[in-house]
Amino acid sequence: MAEYSFLSLLRNALSGNEDWKPAWRKPDPRPSYDVIVIGGGGHGLSTAYYLAKEHGITNVAVLEKGYLGSGNVGRNTTIVRSNYLLPDNIRFYEHSMKLWENLSHDLNYNVMFSQRGVVNLAHTPAQMDEHARRGNAMRHEGGDAVLLGREEVARMVPGLDMSARARFPVLGGLLQPRAGTARHDAVAWGYARGADRRGVDILENCEVTGFLREGERVVGVTTTRGEIRAKKVAVAVAGSTGRVMKLAGIENLPIESHVLQAFVSESLKPLVNQVVTFGGGHLYVSQSDKGGLVFGGDLDGYNTYAQRGNLPLVEEVMSELLAMFPNLARVRLLRSWGGVMDMSMDGSPIITPGPLPGMFLNCGWCYGGFKATPASGWCFAHTIARGEAHPLNAAFTLDRFARGILIDEKGQGATPKLH
Amino acid sequence: MLIPCPYCGPRDLSEFTYQGDANRTRPNPMSNDQSAWNAYVYERVNTAGDHREFWQHSGGCRAHLAVVRSTLTHEIKSVAFAREVAK
Repeated sequence: MAEYSFLSLLRNALSGNEDWKPAWRKPDPRPSYDVIVIGGGGHGLSTAYYLAKEHGITNVAVLEKGYLGSGNVGRNTTIVRSNYLLPDNIRFYEHSMKLWENLSHDLNYNVMFSQRGVVNLAHTPAQMDEHARRGNAMRHEGGDAVLLGREEVARMVPGLDMSARARFPVLGGLLQPRAGTARHDAVAWGYARGADRRGVDILENCEVTGFLREGERVVGVTTTRGEIRAKKVAVAVAGSTGRVMKLAGIENLPIESHVLQAFVSESLKPLVNQVVTFGGGHLYVSQSDKGGLVFGGDLDGYNTYAQRGNLPLVEEVMSELLAMFPNLARVRLLRSWGGVMDMSMDGSPIITPGPLPGMFLNCGWCYGGFKATPASGWCFAHTIARGEAHPLNAAFTLDRFARGILIDEKGQGATPKLH
Repeated sequence: MLIPCPYCGPRDLSEFTYQGDANRTRPNPMSNDQSAWNAYVYERVNTAGDHREFWQHSGGCRAHLAVVRSTLTHEIKSVAFAREVAK
């Protein structure tokens, strides 16, 4: 019987809920493992889960410097979509979408994946053309996309300002019906439990302080909980990539760390039924099951490792939200926070063996890492287990910049704050 | 975040435009050293700590500034005109 089921719920309710096992153990570090995954966020945990599930490698430790889920997996705006333009990205994120669609079943853990649809608004004829092109590219690769006219958008998103006075009149939009949101903490906890039950050690409060080397080869790490050796060391630390890789002597990477802020309003009755993105600027908003509007916009735009941003960006995000939904002008903000993003030079991720022997690197998620969580772990696990990339992540190399085969979805060039 | 502009005094962040990492050296334009160009265009030290960077006071005196700022605390350590520190 599954650990979490209607019957187990009933049985534990009758016995006073005292027999539940903790979702993951709190083991002490062993002296050595087959694989160490640095970073107990979504990507690190899903990597460990798929290493155990798909490749039978269970002698694995996940090292987390704080508590599980304290980084970006608990700081994002929970959006899951695969509406990309370039083939390498579409295939990768479509794979992620398919894993999302079965994730709650697979993990036996309700990640509250809600395929409510993502609507990208268009405010100019050029944007409509661009959406049509993107939609065609998605459908060409087997994804789902629907081009919406103005009337359809008005029906679907009734709270939008569709009046003649709207500052950015809505001409239409691109809908991805299978996209939506998922409960981000549940994703971390579900993967953690799934990995733990297969034998993976999840070591919290275990910060990496250095790498053990035998010549060039990485053979383990030193941590705040002692020395741990491993045949393979995988790094999946998102915004901390620069800091961790410097410990291994890698001084330069095609990555800059930036802060992205996110916001939650007080609870409202249902108003926004999809994820809606603004085309006149950069804003995305959805409504949580509790009723709070969850939204965010652009990066602050300067290098930082601080998990907090500044006020000019707050004002910009609010003004964009009100340009779309003037009816929210008197809604109060409940809280805001920031997360550190590993912005790559072309806006696409890096999942690759290396750059040192014995080491594997997963980074460059910009601010789209959450939706990639399943496929990132799935591909990274394959890369670690086989020592070479899966076709789905073969393009996400570290040397693509030097070789001139960038995957620049937005065509912004090497200006990370714009991706 | 307030940035103390040498002309205008401490001014709000919203008046400034970030122009990026100042740790890079642009190769000689005549150079065809691919690794030097790759390093200049794509590689970053991504400092966690005191970071050398360029800003422009675009909503003020329009001066280009070379700033040292902590990327951990956002504290501004020093500000100079870019022309004085640029190589």
